[in-house]
Amino acid sequence: MNDTGTLQLPPQASTVAPDVDALYYFIFWGCTAFFVLIVGLAAFFAVKYRRRPGDTYRPSPSHNTPLEITWTVVPLLLVMIVFVWGFRGYMKMHTAPGQALEYNVIGKQWLWQINHPGGAVEVNQMYVPVDRPVRLLLQSEDVIHSFYVPDFRVKMDAYPNQYTSMWFEATRIGDFDLFCTEYCGNEHSAMIGKVHVLSQVDFDRWLEEAAPGPGDDPVAFGERLFKSKACNTCHSIDGSRLTGPTFQGLFGRQESLADGSTVIADENYIRRSILEPQAQITAGYDPVMPTYSGILRPQDIDALIEYIKTLQ
Amino acid sequence: MASQAETLDRIEKPNYLTVTHGLKSWLTTQDHKRIGLMYLGSVSAAFLIGGLMALLVRLELIAPGETIMTSTTYNQIFTLHGIIMIFLFIIPSIPAALGNFLMPIMVGAKDVAFPRLNLASYYLWVAGAVFTLAAIISGGVDTGWTFYTPQSIRQSGSILWMGFGIFILGFSSIFTGLNFLVTMHKLRAPGIGWFDMPLFCWAIYGTALIQILATPVLAITLLLLASEKIFQVGVFNPALGGDPVLFQHFFWFYSHPAVYIMILPGMGIISETITAFSRKHIFGYRFVAFSSLAIAVLGFLVWGHHMFVSAESEFSTMIFSFLTFFVAIPSAIKIFNWTATMYKGSIDLSTPMLYTLSFLFLFSIGGLTGVFLGALSVDVHVHDTYFVVAHFHYVMMGGTVMAFLAGLFYWWPKMFGRMYNESVARVGAVLVFLGFNVTFLTQFVLGSKGMPRRYYDYLEQFQPLNQMSTFGSWILGLGLILSAWCLLRAVRHGKRVGANPWGATGIEWRTPSPPPLENFEGEPEIPYGPYDYHVMYGGAAKGDHT
Repeated sequence: MNDTGTLQLPPQASTVAPDVDALYYFIFWGCTAFFVLIVGLAAFFAVKYRRRPGDTYRPSPSHNTPLEITWTVVPLLLVMIVFVWGFRGYMKMHTAPGQALEYNVIGKQWLWQINHPGGAVEVNQMYVPVDRPVRLLLQSEDVIHSFYVPDFRVKMDAYPNQYTSMWFEATRIGDFDLFCTEYCGNEHSAMIGKVHVLSQVDFDRWLEEAAPGPGDDPVAFGERLFKSKACNTCHSIDGSRLTGPTFQGLFGRQESLADGSTVIADENYIRRSILEPQAQITAGYDPVMPTYSGILRPQDIDALIEYIKTLQ
Repeated sequence: MASQAETLDRIEKPNYLTVTHGLKSWLTTQDHKRIGLMYLGSVSAAFLIGGLMALLVRLELIAPGETIMTSTTYNQIFTLHGIIMIFLFIIPSIPAALGNFLMPIMVGAKDVAFPRLNLASYYLWVAGAVFTLAAIISGGVDTGWTFYTPQSIRQSGSILWMGFGIFILGFSSIFTGLNFLVTMHKLRAPGIGWFDMPLFCWAIYGTALIQILATPVLAITLLLLASEKIFQVGVFNPALGGDPVLFQHFFWFYSHPAVYIMILPGMGIISETITAFSRKHIFGYRFVAFSSLAIAVLGFLVWGHHMFVSAESEFSTMIFSFLTFFVAIPSAIKIFNWTATMYKGSIDLSTPMLYTLSFLFLFSIGGLTGVFLGALSVDVHVHDTYFVVAHFHYVMMGGTVMAFLAGLFYWWPKMFGRMYNESVARVGAVLVFLGFNVTFLTQFVLGSKGMPRRYYDYLEQFQPLNQMSTFGSWILGLGLILSAWCLLRAVRHGKRVGANPWGATGIEWRTPSPPPLENFEGEPEIPYGPYDYHVMYGGAAKGDHT
């Protein structure tokens, strides 16, 4: 298992990666041999038979059927090896073990919503245990996206009208890049995240913390959600202006809306702003927030409201 | 090398360039050579625009984050770069420019079968280009050249302009293909049988077959896309009950064969130049000729290899991977035969041969890296990464464009009766070769390391290779500008040449440079076949095998 990657390939961090890389290098060296043969011969001929003044015609054959058959059949046999090897590796990637942990992954312009087992929902951050197969059921809310983790060597498109699935088993603890690889509009290259591979113990603890029990303090939980759901990229808590209005002093404030009306920022206003962000736009701000409907559960929204209430 | 016969050629008889004068005589011409030149000028302009866009794309990618433009502009520019290069430049480049000029001469005809249709095809190209480029003014498109749904359906109305433009360009391509097929069937001069045709004509023949059979599918797909956009008919849009994967099947059913529309004519040129500059009979004429037809047929059966991570069933995936490896074989056969042609030749490393050797080098890399993409498990990793970008640039630019340049430098003296400055041309060829490799070899590594394609911004670990690629694009741009300048200068200031400056066997070299209006003075003389260098130089009799 390769931890740092090679000149051509990234580190190996899943069970399928070593086989993919072995085939990659088999093809690479096979192709290199053919390439050196062809270009070497061409260069050799270009030098040896370079035109010189007074050259006379050198008779040479213009066809040779056994030679033609040889250079048809030999490459054909070699690529058939590559075909069988590649297909076997591909079938392994497409056959998830029965006991795999199930995740639901939803692509939308331009974020990955990761529904973890047990109900925890994250944006662009996926948490998985090491050495356990994980199966992803993929779908999209708008255009085609594609879920790709280079270090795992796996990739699958996500569609708006059907489920697709993929699986992997991470073999190393650490954080791994997650990319969208199907062009999906303006912020395609920003639709990236991380897959965090944790030890089984850390993963169990993470699951417990992410999904609050009834005894959890809602304010502390709301504060955690404020960061983990990336509210803090657009909303400050110190009064400074970001893409969206600040949360400082928001609760109970009278907000002027873009349509000229005003509204008191109460529980229902905050709930609606999370689930239907386009419904009541604060004056002076762009209507760019995506809906968190489906990302936040009712208890998450309750906790966020409790947290915002404390920001006076 | 001016023999007495060549001196006689220079006595100023009117040629196709001087027989009539004025802009109108060009715009209404039915002469295949003039139409070929008009295509050459037009597709070169498209190549220039598409190339400048490529330089802008590379400049933006010299560093992560915003460098010179916003993501919206970037996404529109890489889309336009692809569409211009594919539909306006590469597809018509060799067949419509060089094929138009040369194929009728090579088969000993006075013109193509339908000269008016030929001119109409040119104007269709112009109309298509206008509509395609109108999309820029009407708001731009960001879909990539592949127009995948639903992203393409969610575009503004400018997608309709662009789709209509490409629809028209398709008809230009179909009519040209039809015209060429009929010409080769019906207008071959007495004495030129099917297997006496130069391989360039075989390549054009294979190309024409694909143009006629595949392009209508593109037209149908674009019509469906438009009816979905305008009349809300649900075909590809899931919101209307359509299926986006169906679009990919339709699109690649044309666009994969179209890859062979792009490369086959280039292969035809290489068969001409490698023999002329080795002074050798082509090795394995029939294998090279039939491999063009094999490519044309097999090319229709592999479209699914663009969809290995697109919800295609495992069974289809297996079949498409299997067939993909078969389509690799005819190309390999050609490469081996070209290399064998050089054996015991008399090899002249003039500019066309430098481009020919560049082709062998670069197209081999392009073809061999296709093996990685055909292998299913490896494809899952490199699919939609820069590896793919590098692969198709090695095939399209390293293959087709190098062959196009080889052909231009080879036939330029035939087209204009003048020779370019050889030293400048060689410097250009070397710069193009070096710049190309620096630009695109780096992209293979970016891709295998995991950088996705069509990315405006990227993670810092990818910066050094992106920077190198951008530097390479400047060398490449410089080489191309120098080469273009060298050719254009020769039109007025080049040294005059006779009918056959390269000492080649093809019958296009037996008529004056530039050729007269109807190509030959009287019936074309055919003292030997297109590759009978053993007859021309070795004293063998016509029809003798070596």
